[in-house]
Order: sequence, then structure tokens, then C-alpha cells
Amino acid sequence: MEFDLAFIWAGIIAFAVLTYVVLDGFDLGVGILFPFANSKKDRDTMMNSVAPIWDGNETWLVLGGGGLFAVFPLAYAVVMSALYMPIILMLLALVFRGVAFEYRWRTERWKKVWDLAFFGGSTIAALCQGIALGALVQGIAVTNRHYSGGWWDWLTPFSMLTGVAVVVGYALLGATWIMMKTEGAVHHRMRDLAKPLAIATLVFIALVSVWTPFQNPVYFERWFSMPGTLVTLPVPLILAFAVYKLFHGLANGRDVSPFLAAQSLFVISFIGIGISFYPMMVPPSLTIWDVAAPDSSLKFALVGTVVLVPLILGYTAYAYWVFRGKLDPEAGYH
Amino acid sequence: MLSSFDAEILARLQFAFTISFHIIFPAFSIGLASFLAVLNAAWLYTGDNAYRVVFDYWKKIFAVAFGMGVVSGIVMSYQFGTNWSDFADKTGPVLGPLMAYEVLSAFFLEAGFLGIMLFGREKVGNGLHMFATAMVAGGTLMSATWILSVNSWMQTPAGYSTNEVGQFVPEDWWAIIFNPSFPYRLVHMVLAAYLTTAFVVAGVAGWHLLKDRENKATRKMFSMAMWMALIVTPLQIGAGDAHGINTLEHQPTKIMAMEGHFDSHPEGAPLILFGIPNQAEKRVDYAIQIPKLSSLILVHDLNAPLKGLDTVPDEDEPPVAIVFFSFRIMVAIGFAMLGIGLWGGIQRWRGRLYDTKWLHRAAVVMGPMGFVAVLAGWITTEVGRQPFTVYGLLRTSDSLGPVAAPAVAASLIAFIIVYFFVFGAGTFYILRMMGQNPATPRLGLRDGPIRTAGITPVQQTHEAHPAE
Repeated sequence: MEFDLAFIWAGIIAFAVLTYVVLDGFDLGVGILFPFANSKKDRDTMMNSVAPIWDGNETWLVLGGGGLFAVFPLAYAVVMSALYMPIILMLLALVFRGVAFEYRWRTERWKKVWDLAFFGGSTIAALCQGIALGALVQGIAVTNRHYSGGWWDWLTPFSMLTGVAVVVGYALLGATWIMMKTEGAVHHRMRDLAKPLAIATLVFIALVSVWTPFQNPVYFERWFSMPGTLVTLPVPLILAFAVYKLFHGLANGRDVSPFLAAQSLFVISFIGIGISFYPMMVPPSLTIWDVAAPDSSLKFALVGTVVLVPLILGYTAYAYWVFRGKLDPEAGYH
Repeated sequence: MLSSFDAEILARLQFAFTISFHIIFPAFSIGLASFLAVLNAAWLYTGDNAYRVVFDYWKKIFAVAFGMGVVSGIVMSYQFGTNWSDFADKTGPVLGPLMAYEVLSAFFLEAGFLGIMLFGREKVGNGLHMFATAMVAGGTLMSATWILSVNSWMQTPAGYSTNEVGQFVPEDWWAIIFNPSFPYRLVHMVLAAYLTTAFVVAGVAGWHLLKDRENKATRKMFSMAMWMALIVTPLQIGAGDAHGINTLEHQPTKIMAMEGHFDSHPEGAPLILFGIPNQAEKRVDYAIQIPKLSSLILVHDLNAPLKGLDTVPDEDEPPVAIVFFSFRIMVAIGFAMLGIGLWGGIQRWRGRLYDTKWLHRAAVVMGPMGFVAVLAGWITTEVGRQPFTVYGLLRTSDSLGPVAAPAVAASLIAFIIVYFFVFGAGTFYILRMMGQNPATPRLGLRDGPIRTAGITPVQQTHEAHPAE
């Protein structure tokens, strides 16, 4: 039996990107919410809730980039050229945010500087990821295997909307994560923030969904032709259920269900984007098969992926298990 | 200022700048991760508390250095696409899977177990903590293996064909991964990382020995570092020699530039100790040279003929002066390290390892020299490969993507400002931690691990030691 390796790889890359969003979204959200904490102690607790795991989370972003380079090199080449500014800005923002985890414990005088770096880095990184998504949905001009647009093409009202939407959405993930991991004042502060953030996230999802077909009508058609229709039908139902669980959980003081419900909003939105895109890799002109590396590359990379990704998921789950439960805000200061 | 440059030179400057900053951190963290694994194992095995003190001391320094390595590394993984997208499109089918393997088999391993290594000892117990520490060390070595395979393929490409759109297509993965220069480069770089770390440790220990020669943890650090200097430096010089002979076979032009051989020498080539290469006039000015020694080193025969740059078309020559000088800096530091290693060995044999103030002072001076040698070595091999990105096959000027010069200039300036600010601060914090005596129980403001409820700590008292 012949496998369609490019198709399998599109699925794997989509999985890696989704895993990145699910795992790093909330820890970027923690940074976005940093200024909203009421005290220095609360900020310490918030940062500690992601300190042992953020590095692993961010590695999925490296896999997204490295994986794209490996199996869809043309897509990697074209997209990186087209999204030059937001990508570089995101990388610099991640530098600031990443070092803040260690630096802010090494100084008293400059603690505020690294607090700001953590907040600013997280927010700009999230904004740039959203802008990159919006710019990709808009479409990228390609001629003769080269990006043929200008270096400001990514900046449009639509990409700004998707940028802000991702910031708000990540903040919701961060708020529900902190609720789940903490008790006391910081927990209640986040619960107060989560409700307006949830409403705002839903508004942004609606705005982006309505605006997307205007970027390219083909996105709309894909929802109502096979195989998209198979997913189109249950999407509103799942969405309604997630929204219900989110607000119900927030209203009733649940710890875990708001986080899971917020995450499922992201998963559903991601699947929605996937339906709009398929079978394009770089809209409007390059399909998955146009950009795929030769089969010998796809096969070789697939062997390792099939063996290693389950292992990675296993020990990642173990690391989360080790640091499970509510944080003790006094720990770490003896 | 930058507006007078074209996009290509700006993109090259940007890559050189970001990769030079980046290589500093892995060179340190590869060595330090292995050092930490050894220290933890020694503590568990012997119960000697000094090992644990040294472990906790370097663990916090490792955390900061590793963090800087991670964030500067993420930049590298996207840099191929942003500025060098033609390179990415053409080499992606060959190099991409190797880098994907690096992410899957190394980055995740390091990142997944780093949290447990730094914060988890009390939660998982000493056995699993040891496992996590070993996994972090193994991850750093695995990472070095894959990325050096990638770099080596760009130096000595093998196992490929090309397709109709100009991409390199993999034909034989074994030949690609184990390309001709890879084993040499891997050994040379891993030993370099170990030596760099050993000299940092020796420098820090030497600094503290000058103030307090009785501290057991400081002595342990100095002793271990001096063993490394004594044993690894000769191995490294041997590995470097083998690497040079391999380069002569596969990239002779690079050797010509390293040696400053503008002319061919049919009856044995001289070793130029010092001089100033004059590429325009195709000669080395003020050369101080030893006849026939270059042929002896490279071919192991005094009268072996060696070709010079006169056999290479001008447009295929690398910038000779940079390669010539950086190579000499690396070699000079290598021999200085050998000297320190031997001196330490003699003083140890005489029972005066901890009492020789001048040795301690020399160790402090040599502390950062490993980084200089690593940078000089990489500049030698990378500039020596020019004007190609894939040696002999893909020119640097054909690797550049469709980027506008102002965009590259803007991002280059941003990288320079951000890197000096961020990594300058990080270096300051690391130096401040190194300035603390290893016996100080608290190094930073945060000393202990993060504990969450829901699990009973394996050891009830924080920092409990089995030896106590």
C-alpha cells in the first residue's frame, strides 16, 4: 500500500503546531497577565507555576520550524521571507521572556526590568504569532519558488485583528491555568479576570470567523464541501458545549474545567483553520504536495518521528505529573 | 552606516553575529551538563558532601547559561528561513530531517528533564533525579552530534543528488550523516566544550583558592578541572591534527588559507608561525617561518608537495587573513592550555596543587580562553569554507533569499542591541554567582526548588544529604 507521505506530514506538522499552542499558549498567557497581579508575591507564584515546564513547551515551536524546514522546505523558505518582520520580532520577544525566568531571581534592583521583559516579551510573542497566522490566511504571493511580495505585506487590519485575538485568547488560557495551579488571592484575581477574557475571546473568534471568508471565498466553500462538511456539522455543537463548560466552571468555582474548556476553544478554532486551509500549505497557490520534500526525506524523518514523538509525549506528561497540584506560595524562599 | 551595505553582506553579518553569540552557550552547557552528571553521580556513590556543594553551585550557573542557549538557539532555527530562504529551499530535503532529529532526540530530552533536574530532586528522589541529570547531559551531546553532522555536510557534502528545481535530494542517509568531516568535527567540538568548561571551572576555583585554600569544595573543583586539562588537552591537540589532515583531503583551499600558502611548494611547505597575509599581492608579509614543517604536520613527510592558492581561481578563495589569524589564535590557546595542564600535573605530583598561587592566577586568566578558542576555531572553519555555503556546490551569494537590505539592516541592529543587553546582563549575573564562595549556602535570591502540594517530598528537610 502506498502512503501519501506529504499528507501524513501535513497532519504531523499540524499536530506539532497545535501542541505548541496548547502547551505554550497558557505560559505566554501567564506573562501577558503579569501586570494584573496584585503583589510581587503573586507574580512570583505565577512565574513559578510555569518555570519547570516552559522550556519543553517552547521546544514545540522549534519543532514547528525545524519540521517545516525538513519536510516542507519550500513552505519554510517562502513563509519565513514573507513574515520576516513578525518572525524576527517574535524571536526577540521570546529572548526577553525566556531569560526573565532566571534573571528575575538573580537581582533585586532590576527585578522590575525583568518583570517588564517577561510581560512585554510574552505579549509581543503572542501578538506576532497571531499576526503571522492572519498574514498566512490572507495569502502569500509566490512567483517561481520565491516570495514576491513586499516586506510590509503582512501588516493589514485583518492580521492585527488575529494578533490581538491570540493575545486575548492566550491570556484566557493563562488565567485559567493559574486558577488551576493556585489558591488564595492570586486564584481569585484570575477568576475575576477570566470571565471578561472569556467573553472577549468568543467575540474575537466570531469576528475572525466572519472576516476570514472575505480574505478568500474559497475558505468558505471548503466548509461546505467534503471532507470539510464532516467536521462543519458538529463544530457548533462542540463549541457550544465548551462555552457552557467554561462559564459554568467559572461560575461554580471549578479548578480544572475552565482550563480544559478554554483549551478546547483553541483546539476547535485550530481545526476550523485547518479545514479552511486544506489542501493548501501556503495559500493561495502552494498545496501540501507542491512544497513537500522528496519522499526519501519524508520517509527518513517519519521513522524518527513515529518512534520519538510518543516518547516525548510520555516524558513531558511525566514532568507535568511531577509538578502537579497547587503551588505552595511559600516554597522557594527559605 | 549600514545603508551602504547590500543585503548579502548584512545577512552574513547577522548570521555571524547570532551564531557567534549562540555557540558560546552550548560550548559551556555541553561541558557543564556532563560535569553536573559526574558530580551528582560522585555524590551519590561516595556520599562526600563536597560533590553536592559543587553540584548545587554549578547547577544555578548552568540554569542561567542554558536559558541563554535556548533562546539564542530558537533564533538560529528560524534564521535559515528569514535571510537564507534559497539555501533553505535547496538544502532542506537533506539538512531539514537531521535538524528535525536534533529537535526530537535532543531538545525535547533536555527541556523535558531540565525542570526535574533543577527543581525536582525532592519530588522524585535521588535515583530519578540522577536519571534526569544524565538525560540532560545526554541531550546536549545528542544535540551536538546532529548539528555537527549538519554543519559537516555543508563542509563535505556526500550521499546526495540534485533534482530539476535545484534541490539537494538525499540518496544515502548513512553517507549524509557520516559525511567525511563529521567524525573529526564532532570529536574536536565535544572535546572543545569539555575543555572550555574545565577551564571555566578551574578559573573560578583558582579565584577562590587565592582567597581561601582550605575550602574542600573549591579544592575538589580545582582538582577535577586540572585532571581534565592534563588529560583532555593532549587528546584535543591530537584530534585537531587529525581534523586538519581530513580538511587537507576534502577542503584543501581552507588549509591553504589557514597556512597562508599563497604559493605552491613542490618540495615541502614551510610552517608560517606569524606574518600578515596580503591577499591583493598574494603573499604573506613579515613571515616568520620554519621550512618544511607544514608538510611534516599535514602529510607527515618533510618533502611532501603542498599546493597553494595559486592553484585556486580568485573567485573561489576565502578571505585569507581572517582564517590565518583565527587559526593561530586557536592553536596558541590550545598550547597555553596544555602548559597549564602540565604545570597542574607537576604541582599535584609535588603535592602543591592547592598552594601554588601563580598556578591559581594563571587559571583565572585562562578561565575564559576556551570561549575565545572555540570562536576562533569556528571562524577558521566557517570563513575558510567561503565563498560557499555548501562547499564547492552552493555559493553564499546564491543562498540568500529575496530580502530587502533595509529589513536585514533593521533586524541586524535589533539583534545587536538586544543580544548585548540581554546576554550582557546574563553574563553579569553568572559572574556574580561565580564570585560567591562555593561554601556559601545561598547563591542567588532563589535557592530552593519549587514545591507544589499534593505530593510528600521524598526528603522532608530541604537540602538533606545522605552523608549527614
